[in-house]
Amino acid sequence: MSVLVVVEPEDLDDAGAGLSVVSQEVLTFARSLPGEDVDAVLVGLPCAGAPPEAVLAHCREQGVRTLHVTPEPRLDRYAARAWARVVEAAAEAGGAAYLVAGGTARGNEVLAHVAAARGVPMPCNVVAVVQSEPLEVERQVVGGAVLERVALAAERGLAVASVAGHAVAPEPAPSPGPAHVEAVAVELSEADLAAQVVRVEAKEGGDASALTGAHVVVGAGRGVGGADQFDDVEALAARLGGAVGVSRVVTSLGWRPHHEQVGQTGSRIAPDLYLACGISGAIQHWAGCSSSKTIIAINTDGEAPMVTKARYAVIGDMHEVIPAVLEELS
Amino acid sequence: MTDVLVCVKRVPDTSGEVVLTADGSGVDGRYAGYTMSSHEECAVEIAVTVAADTGGSVTVLTLGDDDSVEQLRAALAVGADEAVRIDAAAEDYGPADVAAAIAEVVRARESEGRPFDLVLVGNDAADTGDHQVGIRLAHLLDRPVVAGAQEVAVSGDRLDVRSSVSGPTEVFDVPLPAVLTVWEGGVDPRYPNISGRMRAKKARVEVLEPSGAPQGSGRLGLRVLPPPASNVEVLGEGKAAAPRLVDVLRELGVVR
Repeated sequence: MSVLVVVEPEDLDDAGAGLSVVSQEVLTFARSLPGEDVDAVLVGLPCAGAPPEAVLAHCREQGVRTLHVTPEPRLDRYAARAWARVVEAAAEAGGAAYLVAGGTARGNEVLAHVAAARGVPMPCNVVAVVQSEPLEVERQVVGGAVLERVALAAERGLAVASVAGHAVAPEPAPSPGPAHVEAVAVELSEADLAAQVVRVEAKEGGDASALTGAHVVVGAGRGVGGADQFDDVEALAARLGGAVGVSRVVTSLGWRPHHEQVGQTGSRIAPDLYLACGISGAIQHWAGCSSSKTIIAINTDGEAPMVTKARYAVIGDMHEVIPAVLEELS
Repeated sequence: MTDVLVCVKRVPDTSGEVVLTADGSGVDGRYAGYTMSSHEECAVEIAVTVAADTGGSVTVLTLGDDDSVEQLRAALAVGADEAVRIDAAAEDYGPADVAAAIAEVVRARESEGRPFDLVLVGNDAADTGDHQVGIRLAHLLDRPVVAGAQEVAVSGDRLDVRSSVSGPTEVFDVPLPAVLTVWEGGVDPRYPNISGRMRAKKARVEVLEPSGAPQGSGRLGLRVLPPPASNVEVLGEGKAAAPRLVDVLRELGVVR
């Protein structure tokens, strides 16, 4: 009985990159499940059976027994149902009783195809195993403000669950795994490939990857005051070598593009520093930023949830505070 | 002519404090109010736009009690043509149950000779965050599905679907009939005008009884996380706090 983890590469364009942080977290989480071995499956990386060394290094560090890859060239472009077929084949090859992936858009989508095909439940955004026998887990609902306890028994052959981003910190396994590379082959039907990416376009004005990968994020909320009031925020983000993130109200008002949105329906971030300016800290926003290592709030309201949840706060108008900070830094 | 079914869910408005029901089995929205999930607001916008562009129609569907008619009327007010409510206690329905109930409606309409070319659902509901109803529905109907759709255009019997959810914009070319799960961000939901509200108020809502008993979500219980004790250190007020803030930035190693 083993646990199979669907892993995602950090950056397809970076040959030296390993697994995404979320994938490393899920591999760590997988060791808290009852399986004796942890295996991994990597889909969509055009490696023809030879994964990059950085990927293998992360797998070994996380104690992975077998890394399943597929030589199928038609899978280089994303097709969730076809990717799910590979995951199912890897689960069968490794005798998996549990199947987990990160609660990313990709992870949830691929797992949902497996769960639908198998007719099994799929709790999303699991954060912890709370009981081993019978297995029960807790998962985030309502944007992370509420935890739901659900049963996750492998009684129907394969228990499927996604793991919330940053639910656990990645920790090396007690002893490294061999990370044997094994190729899995699947016969794909037209239906499996009916919904496949036909091309990828660079989005005008950037995409969310800059935000999710930033070590510093300067966040801005309604307190900015208008679409033409972001100069201070952008200048501070540039000075700190970070990215701009915004609350949902900012995108709803059309002040900034959606790919900058932090929150339940935007990006989930975990930077070293989140500097939240003029953001009240609604639950939906907190769901996206609560994994930040340090939060500093700048807000006129000293009782705002973002202020009380922050590590540091400045009470005041961000349009007075940020220029003063920039001047201090110059 | 693309006839679209768009599925919406009544969810507690959780922009404020979250309160559980007395028995801890669900979220109590009686004081905060209820709304439609944000992804679904965008799904309704896409549905109305696609129908308008192709001369098709929009049917909005929900599964819930009589109160959930409020969310159906919200969709009718911005351009949906018909509304259907599956009369059921939504809290008893897990994602597989919801997908099965929607599939039942889709098949019934097919058998009446009025098939839906496109079914839209929100990618995940704001309360349960299940990320799977649309995909399960697609499997039940044996249709292609794209998750995280943000922009949609119909060209003949195919769909051009765009999603930037996982980074750069990914473009899908999918044959109809299809299922899409919509993610917020690609379109701006329109606001209802007075005539839309009046029309929605008077519109008939068809009520259907689901067949079969739901299996449920496997929920064993809920708990609200207690608010963490605040350990905020207030560095000062206004621009006078700037030097201290910069000291902290240096201590954190984000400036040199």
